[in-house]
Amino acid sequence: MAGIDFNSTVVKEQEDALVVAHNTRMGVVLLLVYIVFYAGFMALTAFSPAAMADAPFGGLNLAVLYGFGLIGLALVLAVVYMRVCRKSKPGGAA
Amino acid sequence: MIHEASSLSIFVFLVFAGLVVGISFYLGARARSASGYFAAGGGIHWAVNGVAFAGDYLSAASFLGICGMIAFYGYDGFLYSIGYLAGWIVALFVIAEPLKRLGRFTFTDALDNRFNSRGIKLAGAVSTLVVSCFYLIPQMVGAGALVQPLLGFPHYVGVIMVGCIVTLIVMTAGMVSTTWVQFIKGTLLVVLCAVITVLILLRGVHTNPQEASAKAGAVLARDVPAADVVSAPGAEVLAEDGGWRGLPYVRVRHAASGATAVWRRNADGTLSEAQTLTVLPDGRRLANGLPQGKGEGQADLRPVGYASKLPGGVERTGPLGPLEYLRTMQDSEVILWASERITGGDAAVTTVYYQRPTPGSDFMTPGSSPTFRKVRSDRPADKLDFLSLMLALFCGTASLPHILIRYYTVKDQLSARKSTVVGIAAIGFFYMLTLYMGLGAMTSGTLDITDSNMSAPLLARSFNELLFAMISAVAFTTVLGTVSGLIMAASGAVAHDLMTNYLRIPMDEFQKVRAAKIAALFVGVVAMGLGIAFSRMNVNFLVGWAFNIAASANLPALVMLLFWKRTTKEGITAAILVGMISSLAWILSSAQAFKDVYGLDPASALVPFSQPAIVTIPLGFVVLVVVSLMTRPPAPKPAAS
Repeated sequence: MAGIDFNSTVVKEQEDALVVAHNTRMGVVLLLVYIVFYAGFMALTAFSPAAMADAPFGGLNLAVLYGFGLIGLALVLAVVYMRVCRKSKPGGAA
Repeated sequence: MIHEASSLSIFVFLVFAGLVVGISFYLGARARSASGYFAAGGGIHWAVNGVAFAGDYLSAASFLGICGMIAFYGYDGFLYSIGYLAGWIVALFVIAEPLKRLGRFTFTDALDNRFNSRGIKLAGAVSTLVVSCFYLIPQMVGAGALVQPLLGFPHYVGVIMVGCIVTLIVMTAGMVSTTWVQFIKGTLLVVLCAVITVLILLRGVHTNPQEASAKAGAVLARDVPAADVVSAPGAEVLAEDGGWRGLPYVRVRHAASGATAVWRRNADGTLSEAQTLTVLPDGRRLANGLPQGKGEGQADLRPVGYASKLPGGVERTGPLGPLEYLRTMQDSEVILWASERITGGDAAVTTVYYQRPTPGSDFMTPGSSPTFRKVRSDRPADKLDFLSLMLALFCGTASLPHILIRYYTVKDQLSARKSTVVGIAAIGFFYMLTLYMGLGAMTSGTLDITDSNMSAPLLARSFNELLFAMISAVAFTTVLGTVSGLIMAASGAVAHDLMTNYLRIPMDEFQKVRAAKIAALFVGVVAMGLGIAFSRMNVNFLVGWAFNIAASANLPALVMLLFWKRTTKEGITAAILVGMISSLAWILSSAQAFKDVYGLDPASALVPFSQPAIVTIPLGFVVLVVVSLMTRPPAPKPAAS
């Protein structure tokens, strides 16, 4: 069973500088996207808390919608990151 | 409230605890090398590691603290859920792969990868120990809070029990058993919380919770004409004395029972029933005016939690869908509770718990709790506490040593990525459930007004005793999972970073593992002491402090190491130490510490707000940049190495 095969030898993986740079760039871009939404939530809560009581659609107030939205967005961006990341191949080619 | 243990609860608890320790012993027999002990040999499957991330991260604070805060105050508790989850984005996008690439056993390994600096080793190890100890406090406090209703033991017994079991787990097999404890706990926690959420939706919302649950307390009287109370047969109104003078309370002694009931005067002159817990000068305790207990002539605080008005004026909603449930709560009015401490003329100290009818438009928006009340203030400076906490939660996750070491248990960077995504899915789903569970507890009729941390288990009890036993046992393993991860991180810092790398004590693999186990024992004992000392503090708030320290001490060093080539070893060392010391000093000088830790007047606090991250994280970055610019950069590595 792979999960408890903790005595197996772990081989140091091959790294490709281009792949590392690409993945790092993608991570930073997606992080910035999330920061924009997170900062928006913080700003609305701190400086316009009354707006959080408004119900823009579905009868749910903005506080609940935005909160669930941030949790959902985290998962969406995580999946996007998985798709755009590259994997180093043996020999160093991307 | 006095909670009575049931044999079913004890049986289920023993089965869970036995299972966890049994797995620990079984796997412990297989890990003898340092790699096996500290990093499970790097052989954990990414899916298992992802769920173990959830098991590691969803601590007592997440489960007990957030649910309790939502149950007592509403949406404000959910702000923690949002912040805790958002922190994983930083971990995935910035930290996961480099950490796996650069490190071996501890996060100090990664920081020190380019430099081989004794200063970084020392600073990283001390930071790991401080953050782990601060994070251990709320876990141990939560354990004690759980054991009270589950097994009927005092708080300190729960703390000692958890401390002993976890120390045993960590000492037997290190990261392997810790991983599997966390995997089992993470799975059970998410599944059980999903089941409870379904039950909440099927039950709907009631104005009389006793219709829905035999465990629920009765609805307390509200808006009663004062004459009906003071002129009742056998009622004697007590004179206002001591601290009672001038307060909106009427105390009525009943001749037949000898009990003294306390009523709170409303704005329109009517009275609403309150509950009281009194500590007499000789130490005896009275609940609602009678000796506290379950026997003849005794009384206890009554369980509470119900809606007072529902949309359309109905008394019960029936089953609701997930969105419909939230809409219903928004449009309802719920009886929340506030408290006030009063010292009477006879030196008896009474805590009065009084009803606070609150509309959903209030408790379903930010700022309804004492913690975040200031976001509704007009003064911009009042917003800093909230902004600082949200910043700490966002930056803190990726700086927690016990989370970071989990990246070494998988084989490569791709696995680190995948396991983080699995972790985010499990943790995000759980945090969505916290809003339903907190609101469900708010109207369950089983809340203990003296202890918000018990809200989730008591919500389960409102459905049935088996669910209560299971959720309490899982919550207990929740504490076990997180505490074992923290003790692992701390013992690794001592044995690997301090003893092997900083002090350069020559040790073979066996000696290194033995040193880590002794360190685990020592940290476990310290954790028990801290858990008893801080027993009265809200676990969620304590975790917020741990995030502040972690983010201030570790994040500037981690981020700048990865993204600024001019970073020097002196810069990293200085940033860790300044971030850690400044955030710790700020916390210990805050109004919250003055009030809850020292018992002093919070107005005499030395700093203007309680959460330091908004000051100390930027300070860490500034210190790193300035010190790096003032010191020699690392020499470039030879091209053909």
